[in-house]
Amino acid sequence: MAKRNPLYDFKWCPGCGDFGVKVALEQALVGRMAERNESIENTVIVAGIGCSGNMVHMMEGPQPFGIHGIHGRALPIAYGIKSARPDLNVVVVAGDGDFLSIGAEHIGPQARRNLDITAVIMDNGIYGLTKGQASPTTEMNVVTSTTRFGKLDDKLNPFLFYLGAGVPYLRSQLSSRVKDLASDIKEAMEYPGFSIVHVQSPCTTYNDTYSLLKGDAKKGIEPLAYPLGDDHNAEDITAAANLVRDRRIPIGMIYRHEGEPVAAHQRLADAKERANIEQASVEQLLTAMTIA
Amino acid sequence: MASAAAAGGYHVLTFSTFPSQIKGGPAWGQARISSEEILTPGDYLDVLVCQNRYAYDANLPDLREGGLVIYNSEEFELPDNSRALGLPADRMAREAGNPLASTIILIGAVAKMAGVSVEALEAFITKRWSRGRPGDEKIVSGNITALQMGVEEAAKTGLQLEDLDPAPTHDRPRIMIRGYEAAAIGAIAGGVEAFIGYPISPATTMLTYMEANLVGKDRFVGQASSEIESITALIGSGYAGKVTMTSTSGPGLSLMGEGLGLAWMAEIPLVVANVQRGGPATGLPTKTEQSDLIVAMNPGHGDMSVPVIAPGSLEEAFWGAIAAINWSERYQGPVLLLSEAAIAERAQDVPMPDLSQVRVERRQVSQGEQGNRRYAGDGVTPFPVPGGAGAYVANGSEHDEQGDTTHLPDIHVTMTNRRFKKLEVLNDGTFEAERTEAETIVLPWGGSKGSARAAWNELTAEGVDIGWCYTMFINPLPADLLTALQGKRVLVPELNYLGQFAAHLRSKGVNAEAITQYTGLPFKVADLKAEIRQRLA
Ligand SMILES: Cc1ncc(C[n+]2csc(CCOP(=O)(O)OP(=O)(O)O)c2C)c(N)n1
Ligand code: SF4
Ligand SMILES: [Mg+2]
Repeated sequence: MAKRNPLYDFKWCPGCGDFGVKVALEQALVGRMAERNESIENTVIVAGIGCSGNMVHMMEGPQPFGIHGIHGRALPIAYGIKSARPDLNVVVVAGDGDFLSIGAEHIGPQARRNLDITAVIMDNGIYGLTKGQASPTTEMNVVTSTTRFGKLDDKLNPFLFYLGAGVPYLRSQLSSRVKDLASDIKEAMEYPGFSIVHVQSPCTTYNDTYSLLKGDAKKGIEPLAYPLGDDHNAEDITAAANLVRDRRIPIGMIYRHEGEPVAAHQRLADAKERANIEQASVEQLLTAMTIA
Repeated sequence: MASAAAAGGYHVLTFSTFPSQIKGGPAWGQARISSEEILTPGDYLDVLVCQNRYAYDANLPDLREGGLVIYNSEEFELPDNSRALGLPADRMAREAGNPLASTIILIGAVAKMAGVSVEALEAFITKRWSRGRPGDEKIVSGNITALQMGVEEAAKTGLQLEDLDPAPTHDRPRIMIRGYEAAAIGAIAGGVEAFIGYPISPATTMLTYMEANLVGKDRFVGQASSEIESITALIGSGYAGKVTMTSTSGPGLSLMGEGLGLAWMAEIPLVVANVQRGGPATGLPTKTEQSDLIVAMNPGHGDMSVPVIAPGSLEEAFWGAIAAINWSERYQGPVLLLSEAAIAERAQDVPMPDLSQVRVERRQVSQGEQGNRRYAGDGVTPFPVPGGAGAYVANGSEHDEQGDTTHLPDIHVTMTNRRFKKLEVLNDGTFEAERTEAETIVLPWGGSKGSARAAWNELTAEGVDIGWCYTMFINPLPADLLTALQGKRVLVPELNYLGQFAAHLRSKGVNAEAITQYTGLPFKVADLKAEIRQRLA
């Protein structure tokens, strides 16, 4: 709610990738509202803790509801919101540390519940807010304040991790491609199950990966990111897994589980219907225990 | 047998524990039957029934002088049968025509020795197994034969306890209910809509009860993947406007600490039922203790004071669950319903709750009157529900009026004051007080209420001058109770090492001293009496 708040005392650094994600998210929401004739108050942004999570305060334009909770728990908060209120549009915004380190345990359960939640992950391969410590997606051997001798453990491959956890909808994008990212987020919000838009969103202060991602012909650096060709069949999980095993980062639609997903709350409603159970009144519940 | 005695009008209390050993471990159950209202499971056993030698050796110390033993003689033999009866129960059951009736044979023997009406038991058996199925008649007659065989064998020995007084009459219908059922049904009466939990002894029963019974449209019961998930999911559903609750026990409560801080900070209504077990870490999963009071009030870091309601009886479990929901909705924050194994797992006869007394409160919902300034104002303010007016950021970081993060000192002061001021609306806690003119007052909490009350009843009958106070509203404490305790010496029986409630009372200016026990078992009335007498001497 930055516009109306003179006291807000956080700012992103100049050039931070999260600026692009912010604009894309705003555009996606405005587009969705116009298309569906839906009010902005129908959207809830669930933010992780990190520079990225501050998105919920930085957003301009129409103001959605927001919840800025505790480190790593954006997904289960979103689970509680969506299971209680399937009518709301629930969007998680979080960083690589929040989502893939401290909060990684929630991805599998969330994928299996398959509630209609969209997660926009801002991967900068670093802990930005705490001033530059290694994250799961920091490359091996990189020197950070917690890896003085170079990062000892290998980099997590987030895409393989998501696919293994059963995430049914997976897109990859760059923060600098704002227009594409806006339409990616909007499409992911349309998907009726759990969707992830994983964004390379560089940290200019602690891990500037712009030139790595885009390459530098003069220095002979091959771009790490490359656009996915039309020949990739996103409904083929084997193809998706083979694609992301490479060190390079494909940009585009990586995986989409074929068929329409059924969310946990819908499965529950169906199961109740099958079992033909109605809520008993308190009086009925107690009377059933009457001593004859 | 307990059910049959209850059907015959007696008061009954049953309690059973199973160690965390799924098959083959010692299983143990206890029943108390009385013509008077039952306050505790009892200090000692009148009759010990054991299926094997292990059970005999383990429980013999609890048998009262003059008590009787009934045992399965196919498993072991006792050399001295002057106060004991060995029965080849399995063989007798086969003879009776129902090989599954060996327990009924033992029950017949107990009934005869304890003077429980055999007719009432027969009536109960007939009713229990007449379920309109083919073969019912054969089962009923086999079971009644088995019962009679047990009665006859016991009669032959001539062993006999004093007869029970006749059963009392009751003016209200009574129900036989377990503690977790009372709390769960109370929560349903209070209007709970979402329940998300993670299995843990002894709190799982509440989750499974909800899974089976909180079923209507728009209600959601889910199993999370950890207590971190359940508390944060609860925050999500509470934030989204639902009345929401979970059940857990010590280790789960520890994992919920940070989440409870978020609920306090962001002002989200929710209820956590914490069923206490023993010890830190995994501790004593199937035993009872009252050692989570401090962590219940201060479950996480930073300045907070979570409201706590601790039921001391099964009726209070029902009413306490409703009160916990009402409190959380009224002050818009987390509330701990602090139960314990000895309450949750006990079954007892209680009068049918008078449902006309149920009052359900809901948070005041914002209609957009304060714009986006959700956190503006001193104390409780209207709650904006997503989808409606008043979009804001529910924030676990220190925040300004619309929920944006700030580190400004004066805002932290204003907001901290606001959060504590909200507690002032929780001023309707009730309490019991008797003979408070005495210099010394007994003030137990939670599940120690029953034993303390039994001890107090006996001591006052014996002429000891001592007062009684009690409340299930532990935090904040009723102001009038604190006034009544001024200038008194207050003895606090509680099941923990630290004397946690006594310390809480002292922090409120009460001259409180704890009487502690940390065996994993409830107080024995005789022990409490002796200790109170000694403190008074
Ligand atoms: C339980 C807990 N542990 C640690 C922290 C400190 N902390 C805040 S943000 C953060 C990491 C953020 O990294 P990331 O999620 O990648 O976000 P970024 O700042 O890079 O956008 C950490 C470790 C915390 N807030 N809570
Ligand atoms: S530290 Fe990095 S991630 Fe954080 S705002 Fe600055 S550039 Fe962005
Ligand atoms: Mg990061």
